[in-house]
Amino acid sequence: MVNIVGKRYWYFALSLLVMLPGLIGIGVWGLPLSIDFSGGSKLEVRYPKAEGTIQPADVKTVLESVGFGDSIVQTSENNTVIIRTKTLDEPSQAKVLDAMKAKYGEVTVLRIDNVGPTVGAEVTQKAAIAVGLAAIGILLYITYAFWGIPHAFRYGVCAIAAMLHDVLVVIGVASIFGKFLGWEIDSLFLTALLTVIGFSVHDTIVVFDRVRENQRLYRRATYESLINHSIIQTLDRSLNTQLTIVFTLIALALFGGVTIQHFIVTLLVGMISGTYSSIFNAAPLLVVWENQEWGRFIGRKSETAA
Amino acid sequence: MQSRYTIWLIPIAILFALAAWLAWPSNNSINLDLGFTTFVRDISARLGLDLQGGLQILLEADLPADKTVESGAMEATIRIIESRINALGVSEPLIQQSGDRRVVVELPGLKNPEQAIALIRQTGLLEFVDAGSNFLPEGSTVKTDYVTGSNSLTGPAATPTSAATATAGATATSAATATTGATPSTSATPSASPTPAPTPDAPAYHTVMTGAALKTATVQSSQGRIVVAFTLTDEGKKVFGDHTSANVGRVLAIVLDKKVISSPRIESAITGGEGVIQGSFTTDEANSLALQLRYGSLPVPLKIAESRTIGPTLGQDSVRKSQIAGIIGLAVTALFMILYYRLPGVLAVIALLLYVTITFALFKLIPVTLTLPGIAGFVLSVGVAVDANILIFERMKEELRSGKKLITAVDEGFRRAWPSIRDSNISTLITCVILFWFGSQFGASIVKGFALTLALGVFVSLFTAITVTRTLLHSMLDNVDFSERHSWFGI
Repeated sequence: MVNIVGKRYWYFALSLLVMLPGLIGIGVWGLPLSIDFSGGSKLEVRYPKAEGTIQPADVKTVLESVGFGDSIVQTSENNTVIIRTKTLDEPSQAKVLDAMKAKYGEVTVLRIDNVGPTVGAEVTQKAAIAVGLAAIGILLYITYAFWGIPHAFRYGVCAIAAMLHDVLVVIGVASIFGKFLGWEIDSLFLTALLTVIGFSVHDTIVVFDRVRENQRLYRRATYESLINHSIIQTLDRSLNTQLTIVFTLIALALFGGVTIQHFIVTLLVGMISGTYSSIFNAAPLLVVWENQEWGRFIGRKSETAA
Repeated sequence: MQSRYTIWLIPIAILFALAAWLAWPSNNSINLDLGFTTFVRDISARLGLDLQGGLQILLEADLPADKTVESGAMEATIRIIESRINALGVSEPLIQQSGDRRVVVELPGLKNPEQAIALIRQTGLLEFVDAGSNFLPEGSTVKTDYVTGSNSLTGPAATPTSAATATAGATATSAATATTGATPSTSATPSASPTPAPTPDAPAYHTVMTGAALKTATVQSSQGRIVVAFTLTDEGKKVFGDHTSANVGRVLAIVLDKKVISSPRIESAITGGEGVIQGSFTTDEANSLALQLRYGSLPVPLKIAESRTIGPTLGQDSVRKSQIAGIIGLAVTALFMILYYRLPGVLAVIALLLYVTITFALFKLIPVTLTLPGIAGFVLSVGVAVDANILIFERMKEELRSGKKLITAVDEGFRRAWPSIRDSNISTLITCVILFWFGSQFGASIVKGFALTLALGVFVSLFTAITVTRTLLHSMLDNVDFSERHSWFGI
């Protein structure tokens, strides 16, 4: 039989290896927070009648003339211009649009978002609360659901640990994508993150549930082999569910349009990470805890980090 | 024994037919005539702002953060904003309180966002207008001589150029009643249909006083009728007393934001600083009128905390693309299930079709506003629905491999997979609840839509993936002998 639990430190190391670039990215570049969190304005406008291609530098000149020189300007296909700036009130927004219209002709507004700085700060705070509440809610539920077996609380903690793994992977990837592809962390990203949390725990629970059942069936087995057996038994299910979700998400990412592409890719990264962590992290962590391998764990960790 | 499951096929088929009828794209209304009662309901699919374009504004009380906003005042503010927005003629606007001090306004398909923002932000103005003998129809727009921005209690002293002055003394058409003599008011809020702006040469009526002169306005019941009683400030009492003594018999219209709310006739001089507006109000209408009288201007000053304008082009593109993506995703999932699990896979796909149909029917029936992430949430919930079946089928295969009889294996598969399905779905629901809470804090209907569709999907999938699949599978087993054909079960 495949021994997943026996090689647990290799799988933990792989997790670290995957997380490391993202963690470095967060440390070095920080998180590319969108105006949803930082406050500000984002204008996405198209100028179908503009001659030639619109140059970001030219747009900046136009913006400077109306007093918004510190804006960030991006251009993309079909003469679409994306302008990020400090929060615009109605008159200044009209001023910006008028100045742009004078240079590039009729405008098609794709979307304009204005978020006041106070709202942005509050969204950030509430987002942290939301993630925290989700973790606590799930921890409590798992502890409740596993109450009948020894150390019910551990199962909750290990599920949360695996969940944090997925959160770190997703945020790390967001930081890297933010740096190199200009992606942003917006409220849609947060939605994806919370969904990943839900599904990650969903996967973990399926494995734990099997552990719970097997503990009643095989009272003589060692804890390690019990866990490994449970992982193997649920492996087909984990992979098949994962496959159907990945198929669906890839279809959405490829054909679903630009608006939700970042959202879907974030989900995709999180779902794959979620399945990995439910198989290779969550249940093996139970063994680490059962055997109290703390000293060894720390030793190994510094070894892999080196 | 044989018919135990087979008989359940009938209600499932009826449910499927009903859901399919509701979900059918061109079916936009329910119109039932049951003889004793009729049931009419609009069930056209509702598209969120991100799909059809429009304007979303988050208004916030412009007060120091430590000052609590009275809930009654906020409620009145929302009512006033509602009536102003109704005048814009936008279909299906959404005005909702969000948290203690915020109001979300969503205006789908709006062409002119600047105008809407200006209209919402303007301070409401309540005026008592001398209409002479003219009975001003409720909901009509009038011009007054009150200059906005002046702080004086009354309008300018200049004599109105109103043509009505000439016909003073003529009988008003409103029914004479006690006290102020009221016009029956069928609706206290101005009519929803936009009224034409007054033409430049329309008479400008004289504003006797503004809402600033009102001290209180309450709903009272007098002799079985519901009336709105008001009291005036000392200054207002004098102005009102003088005017009513001098103008008995004339109409004193109550105008909010230049729109006539009520057009009562002065029966006698009111010098006590108290009055009653009568009419055939319902309690709700009277409450609403009292609120408007009390808070003619927005009782809570508002600032725009957030505004999002979405152009229509982006949305249309998204609808089409997400439909295609959804269908492809479903097709691949269905193919996978059939190839991997064979006969149970086919049944699971039938259950999945039922799932999709029921969910769409519910979206239209509740109704759930469809947003882009909402559609993504729906597609993901298909994954959840399939997951329940995968759990069951994997378990079934295990039991078969261990040498159990087919029928036992099927039952065991369902029984043993249940705790996993229950626990994992509850954890998804916990996340949904938190997402919904998060979305409600900021009127982020996109986040809310996602949470709602995902949660709805979890519930429906529990029914289809478990009850429906089991019924289908058992009906098969009861009627066909599969004992020698384990390969049909993917073994």
